[in-house]
Amino acid sequence: MSAQSGTDSTLVPERVDAVSCLRSRHLLSIEDLTPEEILLILDTSVAMKEIGTRPIKKVPTLRGKTVVNLFLEPSTRTRISFEIAEKRLSADTLNVAGGTSSLLKGETLSDTVRNIEAMVPDMIVVRHASSGACHLLLDICNARVINAGDGMHEHPTQALLDAFTIREYKPSIEGLKVVIVGDLLHSRVLRSNILLLRALGADVWVCGPPTLMVPGIDRFGVHATTSLDRAVTDADVVMLLRVQLERMHGHFLPSLREYFRLFGMTTERLRRAKSDVIIMHPGPMNRGVEISSEVADGPYSVILDQVSNGVAIRMAVLYLLAGVGVGEDQVHQ
Amino acid sequence: MKSQPVVLRGARVVDPVQGLDGIRDVRIAAGRIAAVGTDLTIDGAVPVDVPAGLVLCPGFIDMHVHLREPGQEHKETIATGVAAAVAGGFVGVACMPNTDPVNDHAGVTEEIVRKAVASNLARVYPIGAVSVGSKGERLTEIRELCAAGCVAVSDDGHPVADSLMMRRALEYVSMFDIPVINHCEDLSLKGDGVAHEGHRAAALGLRGIPGAAEAVMVERDVTLSELSGGAVHIAHMSAAGSLRAVRSGKERGIRVTCEVTPHHLILTDDELTYDTNYKMNPPLRSATDRDAMLDGLRDGSIDVIATDHAPHHTDEKAVEFDRAPFGIIGLETAVPLALDRLLHGGVISLRRLVELFAPNPARILGVDGGTLKPGSAANITVLAPEVTAEIRADDFRSKARNTPFDGWQLRGSVAATFIDGRVVYTNDAVPGVGSLDACASSAWLS
Repeated sequence: MSAQSGTDSTLVPERVDAVSCLRSRHLLSIEDLTPEEILLILDTSVAMKEIGTRPIKKVPTLRGKTVVNLFLEPSTRTRISFEIAEKRLSADTLNVAGGTSSLLKGETLSDTVRNIEAMVPDMIVVRHASSGACHLLLDICNARVINAGDGMHEHPTQALLDAFTIREYKPSIEGLKVVIVGDLLHSRVLRSNILLLRALGADVWVCGPPTLMVPGIDRFGVHATTSLDRAVTDADVVMLLRVQLERMHGHFLPSLREYFRLFGMTTERLRRAKSDVIIMHPGPMNRGVEISSEVADGPYSVILDQVSNGVAIRMAVLYLLAGVGVGEDQVHQ
Repeated sequence: MKSQPVVLRGARVVDPVQGLDGIRDVRIAAGRIAAVGTDLTIDGAVPVDVPAGLVLCPGFIDMHVHLREPGQEHKETIATGVAAAVAGGFVGVACMPNTDPVNDHAGVTEEIVRKAVASNLARVYPIGAVSVGSKGERLTEIRELCAAGCVAVSDDGHPVADSLMMRRALEYVSMFDIPVINHCEDLSLKGDGVAHEGHRAAALGLRGIPGAAEAVMVERDVTLSELSGGAVHIAHMSAAGSLRAVRSGKERGIRVTCEVTPHHLILTDDELTYDTNYKMNPPLRSATDRDAMLDGLRDGSIDVIATDHAPHHTDEKAVEFDRAPFGIIGLETAVPLALDRLLHGGVISLRRLVELFAPNPARILGVDGGTLKPGSAANITVLAPEVTAEIRADDFRSKARNTPFDGWQLRGSVAATFIDGRVVYTNDAVPGVGSLDACASSAWLS
């Protein structure tokens, strides 16, 4: 299947009240964004993606800005994606990883951040194992904070890049049947995606075993089912979530084999979906657990597009939060 | 110095034990209540006119606090804890044994009692451990603990998980006529939960603790109390299912009592944020659970309001939500919260409120107090139900500041606290309260 032109897909009917900057200084949750702001980020990402196709993939937009990538939980994809995005915008970037930071010496997160703040960074990108860790930073620092995944809470740039990817294949997110399958309970990707997809009018279905269902799911405004066949029927988008191997220890699942039988996405199962369905996965994938290799590498898969688009989305978020354009922020500085 | 008797004149006196709610004079001599009546003669005493609007009640007892001493004096000490107690209207506190070392032998108990006597404010009733080190392996020498001053046993935050040990503990304590206080929580169901399992915690990405983690153990303990004949007291009950179990036990005549904290009566998980002053165990429950607790107050199933005063240092709470310690302080907020939300909120009468704070905890712990009958120690909580004041954590006597109620405006204040006839606290925010200061020196020395 071939992608529609990205520029065409920005002319969507959702774009009613266009905005040119973000109200919030930080991006901690999709809840920080209005639907118009979400569309602004998605539209801005189209231009950012174009930069990545040039022979010289660099613009001077964030020259002189310092961005700290504070990654206190293991991450490969997201950290690299942010770093490439920052470098393409000419920001000065540095990485602080959990294994090398003073946190190993018993320093608290607050003190670590106070010390970083004393060196006057413009932005801090945070990945942390605790839900709400980014919120702890807001009282401490003047730098803009971007949540790159906090515990089981949210991963807003992942949801944005997922939406961007969907829009490359579908004329509009509104009205699409989007099915999210897997370890719902522990997934920050799920929470950000529910908020974003609902804000843009999608019909969101979630599917997984009852042991991994989110408590109070009926109040999230989604359809919940344990029947994958029912969920996948007539789906426009199927998003698989990683099932972590350590979940075997909390009596969540009897075996990965049984999980694959019940919830693994196979070519056969996919026949129930619409003929132009797309398959997504935020990674890292467990082949043969939540997804078969035939599906992961097959014609409906847009999994690597998601990774490519992640850089564009993060460039757009960094650019819009930095306030270097004609935002109100410059007026107040 | 010879003490001089005092007559407190023309105050509203609420004493449920005597079935009393009316304007009375109260004569205090040698630290005890000498008489309660109308138009008492002065007869050599110092007359003190009680300002209009104040209510004299038997001294309130908080049967669930953590004083942190010995071992965690950076959070609280016995001296600061009892100062907070009297400022909150409490004349007595029962302190949990999760100190360092654990209060599992008489030496620790004696040290607590010694420091409490030296502090000379609220009475301190130590609670001993059920098992050595609260490890759930071997019973403590409970007779020794009682002889040293313990009024109950509990393993506090380390619930007695082993059903046989709980059975034996209940059987054993019955010969001393003290209760086993259990923090009911099935630790396997709690897992690494940090907030009430429900929509709010799920939206915040916080791991849940279901109400059932509490209720299954309350059910078990009621059953074991029936089997053993021992008295069990359910600490800080929070879940509707637990209340059902307690009600059912009481209907069958089983020796079960229970307490609820002010925060579980007022807040729900809807208020939950990443502010660690909303992190406590049991967690803030659903509105359904909270409403069940209010029903329990009304219908008499709940015996006691206790604070679970859990001081922590500000640094310990200024961390990621899932890494912060559980608990909030309550000694200096409980009574204003109860007056504002429960009395003025129309949930219960003043008489019932006094029952929950004074005679009921005294009866369950088997300690003196809970009434202003002549002959009782003159331990009096003076309420100013109509005086509105702001909760200001920076003004607390407690060392700790971990409260979600900072800045709340509440209608209903503690006006003064008497211990053994001596005024140990007066609240400057209450008009006219200065007249009670005449009791500060005259009545208590004998």
